[in-house]
Amino acid sequence: MTMKTRWHIFRKWAVQTARLCCGVPDYDVYVKHLREHHPERKVPTYPEFFRERQVARYKGTGGRCC
Amino acid sequence: MHNAASKPSPAARILWVAIAIVGAWCLGVVALRRGEPINAIWVVAASIAIFAIGYRFYGKFIEHSVLRMDPGRAPPSVLRNDGLDYVPTDKWVVFGHHFAAIAGAGPLVGPVLAAQMGYLPGTLWILFGVVFAGAVQDFMILAFSLRRDGRSLGHMLREELGPVPGVIAMFGVLVLMMIVLAVLALVVVKALTHSPWGTFTVACTIPIALLMGVYLRWFRPGRILEGSLLGLVLLLASIGYGAHVAASPLLAPIFDFDAKALAWLLIAYGFCASVLPVWLLLAPRDYLSTFLKIGTIALLALAIFLSAPTLQMPAVTTFVDGSGPVFQGHLFPFLFITIACGAVSGWHSIIASGTTPKLLANEGQARLVAYGGMLMEAFVAIMALIAAASLHPGVYFAMNAPGALIGTTVEQAASTISQWGFVVTPAELLQTAQNIGEHSILGRAGGAPTLAVGMAQLLHHLIPGTQLMAFWYHYAILFEALFILTTVDAGTRVGRFMIQEIAGLIHKPLQATDSWTGNLLATAICVGLWGYFLYQGAVDPLGGINTLWPLFGIANQMLAAIALMLATVVIVKLKRERYVWVPGIPAIWLIVCTITAGCEKLVGPISFTAAAQKYAASLRSDQLLAPAKSADDMQRIITNNEVDMALTAIFVLLIVTMFSFSLRALILAWRSNHPTAHEEPYVALASVTH
Repeated sequence: MTMKTRWHIFRKWAVQTARLCCGVPDYDVYVKHLREHHPERKVPTYPEFFRERQVARYKGTGGRCC
Repeated sequence: MHNAASKPSPAARILWVAIAIVGAWCLGVVALRRGEPINAIWVVAASIAIFAIGYRFYGKFIEHSVLRMDPGRAPPSVLRNDGLDYVPTDKWVVFGHHFAAIAGAGPLVGPVLAAQMGYLPGTLWILFGVVFAGAVQDFMILAFSLRRDGRSLGHMLREELGPVPGVIAMFGVLVLMMIVLAVLALVVVKALTHSPWGTFTVACTIPIALLMGVYLRWFRPGRILEGSLLGLVLLLASIGYGAHVAASPLLAPIFDFDAKALAWLLIAYGFCASVLPVWLLLAPRDYLSTFLKIGTIALLALAIFLSAPTLQMPAVTTFVDGSGPVFQGHLFPFLFITIACGAVSGWHSIIASGTTPKLLANEGQARLVAYGGMLMEAFVAIMALIAAASLHPGVYFAMNAPGALIGTTVEQAASTISQWGFVVTPAELLQTAQNIGEHSILGRAGGAPTLAVGMAQLLHHLIPGTQLMAFWYHYAILFEALFILTTVDAGTRVGRFMIQEIAGLIHKPLQATDSWTGNLLATAICVGLWGYFLYQGAVDPLGGINTLWPLFGIANQMLAAIALMLATVVIVKLKRERYVWVPGIPAIWLIVCTITAGCEKLVGPISFTAAAQKYAASLRSDQLLAPAKSADDMQRIITNNEVDMALTAIFVLLIVTMFSFSLRALILAWRSNHPTAHEEPYVALASVTH
């Protein structure tokens, strides 16, 4: 594995973790899921996806620890 | 499911024997060396060795023998994959997410307060508590949720114990949440009282968050990292500018508040923040605090490793006898109540049955995420303890003991604390205050300021410069205040939804979360509930933390006991009775601790009852007791103590009730000759993935 691909993998991991910590799951995974399982549904743009998730995060249940 | 391939190689065996020897040696030094101060690195090394052994051996034993985790079984993320909530995710990503969700202010506050008994009792409780209770609870609850479509703790309680105990436990959670929000908000109040610099920087987070909100909504939608970096730069600038605010005779009075005023401001702010759209204020602050939290924990670890401080606090102080100024009560049970998060925290059972089980791609990864994540949190608690114990004990007590005990001037404080055996001069106390850019360090209980001074001194060792120390102090205060306030806002919203759900049972339209009437009403009730306790803490004669932290500890450990009782019942329902001690012993330990602490708070010298009676007796003989300045004040203190009394009684009653329900379920399950747990049917992972 070259340095470049390693860095690339690390970067992807860091961004995915950081976003998940803020309640935003991986967009690419969601798009792939929609295409595979629900081809009839409209694929949201990233901003649309982000807004929907942002509101969903504070809907109740769980939250964070003290 | 033991697999033969996991037999350790000779090299691995040698490695683990070496870790065990090093760990035992370090722990021996920490526990046995008396008279001469030891270096913090001994504590760090002992902790790492114990965590490694706990994770490798006890964690693995639970994984294979008790829970029988099966990497070949399909988890909910695969079975119900919807690309959003249920997504099979890389294990390290889940680990990061889980850790960010469980690590809050708790592990930073409790250990600092417990340092009054010396560093040893707290260290031992954190190390052994986490391995045998805290991490076990998180792991088992996550595992159960994994086998039940990612169901929540409340749902599992209703299913496994019955509908009534399920409802009772959820009521307990709501009350616990109100206490958590109040006590955390009080930590912020204590840190910002008469501190224009701190208040200014914390106030600045509001416009900064609004700016970030707008940026993430319209300019660069969803670029969280970019927006957070922008916010971080502005935050650091505001800390820098805060020094000018504090020094300016014109600006300083604008940001100079007493505890009462700050409490009202926080209540008003909490109301607004949870009514406004989340993208505007709540979410951007959440992002900022999440990243700042991880960054600061890393910074603290770096500072401890590099500066390797000497622990100035004795291993064990005389305050183990219950006469301590920071919190009252004997080592047993109050040490185990004071350090909740970090050793065992009931709140985690809600997180472990929340989003995490919906993300795990494989049952084999549950130990890393739940058991490992909790060990990480325990390490944060150990670091907080080190930061507090590396302070001059005189400074530590000056900051954490209430003014009613040590007086309000540095001279009085220095002489009282010196009499306790921690020799300190007024000049030293003044100098510390000056170094961190504050007028006074007296009466700043609540953990945050102590940790901030500890951190500032550690970082100051690495990067010298007198100006910098004040910067680091206010950085640490800001970071704690920021994520506490985020918890308060988000918690108020969650509380609001819970209250709306209950209100909906009485009047259906109130349940609609988009109805403004229901929204405002429920938010007002929620803010009113925690606001009451916050205000009560702000005017408390002993500084508030003294009263509220034990209440919080009892409530949090009560939830942990409930979670562990559930685990015990489920293990018996699975007909694995011979492992019943794994969750059973910590469950009993927590029940004993919470009930003893609850009873001591109900009857006896340190009880709320005694405090109420003392004030009532003085009121009858027309005498005023400090800090009350009028008969009305006296009456309020009496009422507050009676409310705390009632609350403690509710907690004790709740735990006794839950214990009887669990015992009944346990006996029924024991007598049954087949498994009765409500697990979802087995689906092989290989049959659903391609």
